[in-house]
This record gives sequence, structure tokens and C-alpha cells, in this order.
Amino acid sequence: MLLCAGVRIFGILRRLVILLFVVWTVVSLVTLLIELVPGDPAVAVLGEQATPEQFAQFREKHGLDRPPFFFSFPRDDNGERHFAWHGADNRYLDYWRLLLKGDMGLSFRNDRPVKDLILERYPATIELAIAAMLIAILIAIPLGVIAGTNRGTIVDNIASVVALLGISLPSFVIGPMLVYIFAVKLGWVAPSGRFDWSDIILPSFTLGAALSAILTRMVRSSVIEELGEDYVRTARAKGLSERKVVYKHVLKNGLIPVVTILGLQLGVLLAGAIITEKIFGWPGLGLLLVEDGIGKRDYRVVQGCVLVISMTYIIANLLTDMVYRWLDPRIRVG
Amino acid sequence: MNRLTVIGVVIVVVLVLVALFAPWIATYDVGATDLTMRYLPPSAAHWFGTDSTGRDIFSRVVFGARISLQVGLIVVTVSAVIGTLLGALAGYYGGWVDRFVSGYVFNVFLAFPGLLLAIAMVAFLGAGLNKLILALCIIGWVGYARLIRGQVLKVREYDFVQAARALGASDTRILLVHILPNAIQPLIVQASLGMAGAVLSEASLSFLGLGVPPPAPSWGVMIEEARDLSTLQAAPHALIFPGIAIALTVLAFNFIGDGLREYLDPRQRAR
Repeated sequence: MLLCAGVRIFGILRRLVILLFVVWTVVSLVTLLIELVPGDPAVAVLGEQATPEQFAQFREKHGLDRPPFFFSFPRDDNGERHFAWHGADNRYLDYWRLLLKGDMGLSFRNDRPVKDLILERYPATIELAIAAMLIAILIAIPLGVIAGTNRGTIVDNIASVVALLGISLPSFVIGPMLVYIFAVKLGWVAPSGRFDWSDIILPSFTLGAALSAILTRMVRSSVIEELGEDYVRTARAKGLSERKVVYKHVLKNGLIPVVTILGLQLGVLLAGAIITEKIFGWPGLGLLLVEDGIGKRDYRVVQGCVLVISMTYIIANLLTDMVYRWLDPRIRVG
Repeated sequence: MNRLTVIGVVIVVVLVLVALFAPWIATYDVGATDLTMRYLPPSAAHWFGTDSTGRDIFSRVVFGARISLQVGLIVVTVSAVIGTLLGALAGYYGGWVDRFVSGYVFNVFLAFPGLLLAIAMVAFLGAGLNKLILALCIIGWVGYARLIRGQVLKVREYDFVQAARALGASDTRILLVHILPNAIQPLIVQASLGMAGAVLSEASLSFLGLGVPPPAPSWGVMIEEARDLSTLQAAPHALIFPGIAIALTVLAFNFIGDGLREYLDPRQRAR
């Protein structure tokens, strides 16, 4: 018994260590991304016409005048590169130090703390992702059940076609089409923005479309598989109504793979939210990343957004993983 | 082969032909704006109509096929090669090599959801076709690596591999001649699905302004240009045709991938 517990704890510890390594690498990568910028970030933000004093001020404010890493290969006065050691005095460690205090630097454009900008936008993105997931589930379960229980009929074929459309039409095609139909032609909802409660409908449909298509197919094949199982024959033989058979028994077992996929798809939703937010002007992290970050060459904001989104994804995966291991005793050991 | 797969193959063949013979198929110059001919609906003169600057949509969709297929082909090929190399190494040698590659390296790349890493890379490197392809390769190789690793792990225990080793064959020879040919089938399925993914990714990134920059006729760019409310009201077809093009392409490669998967599934082999 104790050995069992010991093995389990060792497994958890090992996975935790690997996770920490991965997190450290991810953060380091994002930190060092700014070194990829061709040319000078200061010039990119301030423009070529700015004075040397303005450049120096900018660099100092954002810590860009410090050495990039523990060592580097700067050019000396002859234009040749040589090796220079900087020790602990570098931007990379600066960024880590600030990060551990919760500081993600200042926006290059408006000097506001990146952390504040992100905190302002974060709830909108989470809202969108959750709404999209809910819509996907609300569509997929009934549709998948109907398709699965009526396998081979017209209903099944229609459901399959709809699911196919959901997978192959990208969100930036579905979104504007929905806007055209419901906002422009019918005028039922606003085409963009996040002001009224109804503004979330089109964006969450757009974001959830692909997921609902995937889920529908899964529910359908799950239902078909479960319907062939012995316990279904038993339940029917016992005289249970078909409806009870499906909803009380088949669905419960059939939903396990669906829950599996949901956890994994959260990341795709987070990434997809970037595009959806751009389509609908939804003021979330994605819009911050694309319009304020990339659009305005505000690399600090980009770094902050990428960091927060990937950390959210990593944590979500970790939680999902923990939930499965808890739910399914077969995976518990090691 | 099932019907859907055949449809997929037909669509892909048409696509490839269109891309190859684009200059002869297109009816107008791709960049030829004509502000007197904006927002024209589909007609005999302009099969798909014109967009907000009077450019012929059909010709732009045709040349967009070139961009999509080009990007898809390069990304899938490079990703598959790199992924196969690393996956085979990890699967064959096992031990710390495997733990490092599959436990650590894979997870670092997989820590970024969807296109985020590609977006980040292009955000810092700047937009452009080559950087787009580079970014997509960087996020793409992991899928192939995991697949090949799994296959290699399986196949290396087979008797004929043990026999080859006993006979003194070198590791390289065993990998190349014995293991990989047997591991290749799922790779082809993955490559087909990978094409669908690459086309979608290119369109998505171009839509965000991070891919091929306008006025290039990338389907993603065309959709971005067509979705503002005034264009949408005046000429919804400017959005619909490139949208259909993307959907058909993605569907076709998905059908082919699914069909190949069914065909290669040993449970369904009648032979």
C-alpha cells in the first residue's frame, strides 16, 4: 500500500519537475523573442525621426540598454564581433525578476503596465471561450445523439454534412457570414463590440462552430458504439423506454471521450479566440495581442499576451490531466 | 475507396492543375484595380465578380491556390522530414535521448496552443511568405515526430528487426531499410491532414495580417479585405468565393486523409 502511494507520488513529482522545466523554457523563449526583431525596437516604435536622446530615454525606460543575455557577441568599433560576458547583469534575468514579482514591463506605446492591460482584457477572452464551449456542447450532444440513434438516415446525413461544414469553414469565413446575415441583413444583433449581453452570441457561435462539429462527430460515434454494447440489450430487455436507455445509460458512458477532448480543445479555443476577437472587435487578450501588440509594434505587450495565453493553456492542461487521473483509476499508477 | 475520398482526390487534382496553370486560367491581372468596376456581381465578364478595388475575384482566387498549395507543400515536407528524423531517433535509441526529446522538447512546443507560437514568431520576425513558412514548420514538426516515434517504438521490437540486428546491420541501415518503411503509412495520413492544416493556418495568419502581405491574392487576405461592413453589404461574393475555396481545399485533404486511414487500417484489409 505504502509502496503504491510512494510510486504514485514519485510519478507526480517527476511530472511536476518536467512541467517546471517546460514552463521555464516557454518563459525564456518568450523573453528572448524580442531579440528576433530585425532592427531596433526603439526605432520600430519611435520612428526614424526621433532624436538620439529620445531613443536613449526609451531604451532606458524599458531596460533595452542592458545586455541581452549572460553573454553576447556585440560588434566593436572595427565592426567585428567578439565574445562578451555580462554575468548576472542582463535583460533576461531582469525580465525573470520582474515576472516573479508579477510585473510584465511597460507598454512601449503608452507606458502603461502590461499587467494592467492584460488584466483588463483577460475576462473578456475567458468569457468568450466558456460561451463557445457551452454552445458547442449544447449543439453537439443533441445533434450527435440524434445522428447516432438514427444512423444511416437522412437526419444522420444532414448532421454529418453540417458537422463537415463546421470543420472546414474557418472561423473568419463563418464569422463575417453570420455578421452579414444577423447584423447587416436582419439587424438582430450588433456586428461588433462587447456592450450588450447579446453581443456575445455571434462571436461564441463563430468560435464554437469548429468545436461543435468535432464534438458532434465524437458523440455520434460514441453513441453508435455504446448502442452495440450488451448492457443496452439488457436494458431494452428489461423493458426500459428507448429514451431512458439513451439518456440514462448510453450518454453517460458515451460522454467520457467527449470530456477528454474538451480539455484538450481549450487550447484550440484560446488560439481561435484571437481570430474571433479580431472579427468581432471583442476586447479580449487576442485583440490586445493583434491590434495593440503586433499592429503597433508594441513588443512588450506581445510578450505579455503570449506568456499569459500559453500559461493559461499549460495550467488548463495540467488541471484536465489531474481530473482524468482522478476519474479513471486505470491511469492512476505512474 | 469510398466516395468521399474520391471527391477529395478530384478536388485536389483540380486544385493542383489550377495552381500550376494559373497564369493561363486567370482571366485578368491579379493586381489590376479599376475603381469604376467595383463590387460587380458574378457575370460573364467577371466569373466571380469584382472586389472593393475592382480586381477580378476569379483570377485572385486562382492565384491564391498557388500560394496555399505552395505553403502547404513546403511546410508539410519540411515538417515531416524534421519530425521523422527526431521521432525516429527518440523512438529507436530510447533512454535519455527519448526522455529528452519526447518528454521535454515535444512538450515545450506543445505548450503553445494552436497558432500562438507561429503568431509570436511572425510578430517579432515580421510578416512575409518565408517567415510564415518558417513559423509553420516550427510548430508543425512535432505531430510527425510523435507519430514516427510511436511507430518506431512498435516496429523495433518485431522479429525481423531483431534478426537484422543479430546479423550485424548498422543502426542506420536498420532504421532506413527496415523500420521506417513500415512506419510510413500513418505518416502519409498525417501528411494529408497536415496539408489541410497548413492551408488553414496560412489563411488564418494572412487574415490576421501576419502572413503573405496584401496585395498578394492569398485567400486569407482576400477575406480580410472583404469583411468590412460596406464591402460585405455591397459584395458578399468577395468573401464567399475565397471562403468556399478554403473550405473545399481543407475538406478535400481531410477526405483523402480519412480515406487513407481507413484503407490502411489492418482491420479492414480484405487482402
